[in-house]
Amino acid sequence: MKEQSLNIERRSATTTPSPGVRHTVEVAKLIDISKCIGCKACQAACMEWNDIRDKIGTCEGTYANPADLSAGSWTVMRYAEVETKDGRLEWLMRKDGCMHCADPGCLKSCPAPGAIVQHSNGIVNFQQENCTGCGYCITGCPFNIPRLSPDDHKAYKCTLCSDRIATGMEPACAKACPTGAIMFGSKKAMLHHAEGRITDLKERGYRQAGLYNPAGVGGTHVMYVLPHADTPELYSGLAKDPQLSTLVLFWKGIAKPLMGYSLGLAVLTGIFHYVTVGPNEADEDETEE
Amino acid sequence: MNSNSTLLQRHTPQVRANHWFVVIAFTLVALSGLAFFHPAFYFLSNLFGGGPWARILHPFAGVVLFLAFLLLVARQWRHNRITAADRQWQQQMMAIMMNRGHDLPEIGRYNIGQKYLFRTLLVMIPLLFLTGIVIWQPYFAPEFPIGVVRLAVMTHAIVAFIAMISIIVHIYAAYWTKGAIRGMIRGTVTAAWAKHHYPGWYKEMTKGRE
Repeated sequence: MKEQSLNIERRSATTTPSPGVRHTVEVAKLIDISKCIGCKACQAACMEWNDIRDKIGTCEGTYANPADLSAGSWTVMRYAEVETKDGRLEWLMRKDGCMHCADPGCLKSCPAPGAIVQHSNGIVNFQQENCTGCGYCITGCPFNIPRLSPDDHKAYKCTLCSDRIATGMEPACAKACPTGAIMFGSKKAMLHHAEGRITDLKERGYRQAGLYNPAGVGGTHVMYVLPHADTPELYSGLAKDPQLSTLVLFWKGIAKPLMGYSLGLAVLTGIFHYVTVGPNEADEDETEE
Repeated sequence: MNSNSTLLQRHTPQVRANHWFVVIAFTLVALSGLAFFHPAFYFLSNLFGGGPWARILHPFAGVVLFLAFLLLVARQWRHNRITAADRQWQQQMMAIMMNRGHDLPEIGRYNIGQKYLFRTLLVMIPLLFLTGIVIWQPYFAPEFPIGVVRLAVMTHAIVAFIAMISIIVHIYAAYWTKGAIRGMIRGTVTAAWAKHHYPGWYKEMTKGRE
């Protein structure tokens, strides 16, 4: 298996520690929106490297092609024509795909042991051979990323090219990007690089420029440099403050163990009631009244 | 005079068949559902041929359970009205559970615990059906907004838990009350049993015979 060369930090639906003695550097992909020209080379490279081919779709009124993520399109360029606060029209582009959250909602929701893993370098990966196709990852994801394949009923999304990274290569999208808008390296290096980019953007008049590395999901291993970081929604609805849904947290946090133990307790209560109090028997010799 | 060993018909063959059909469906749904509820129960998915098969079969078994349960409800509806005697009986529930019940009110065909079970399932099973539809992949779930799916998935788990606890209590109560299971398998109970547990029903059944 390709993932054996990467260390596992967390496994879905697993209550014992994951194999984790090897410490690997936390990696990150930094997508500098200000450098993106929307050419979709990243999409083409993703298809090429991962051997995925989506069905031919239809035009939805933007340059987006395909219109949405799918089991066959793990990254999609999104285009939005927006009027900014100062009354200017801007054509904002964003490469959409898995953010590789430090606190992944998909992994927390997944009921199948090992169907979703988080590697110690930060990559969140779906292991389709363990996937049952229940779609709980979709329920748990705050970014609307995972997609079930209509063909094999398994969930798919960006792997951050874990198979390339395991052998010391950068992700295919980063390799293909002609403007250097997609960078890849250690998370520390990417944070440092982003700082310089943001200073530069601010000097050029983008006063609200900033880094998108949302704390609500523990930070992400795919980060954006946004010229309008105060309003990420402008970029085709990028969540301003993504959080794991409280419903999902309650379901998978408190409810799961509490209800599990309660069921066991109910059975034990029955057994011990029976062996202490004894059965409820009608006296067959009871006389007629 | 009736002898204590005279047999009284407690459940008709139709009710028994319906009940055990519901039992089979509930068992399949509960075991496959538990597999997805907590990793400790995931091994149960092997009973169904692995995770994907458990996931595929669970909702279909759920629909079968829902329909069979509705039929059972229709058959048993009229026996589940709560009476004043039931309320009195409930006040002595602790004593009954400790096998120290005496001078109990003359309750009818079912006791209030059974009637509560009936009501609980009457709410829970349709709720499981509805929330189950909302989270059913790949057929229906994509049609609902994500917020609705999240609410449904949590509600489904909580409601299923309540239903399973209720059923555990139901199974134990039936096992604890010697002779009750016979009433649902063979359909008959002894007169002494009926007189002891359901004196009101006993009177009704033996009226005019003496």
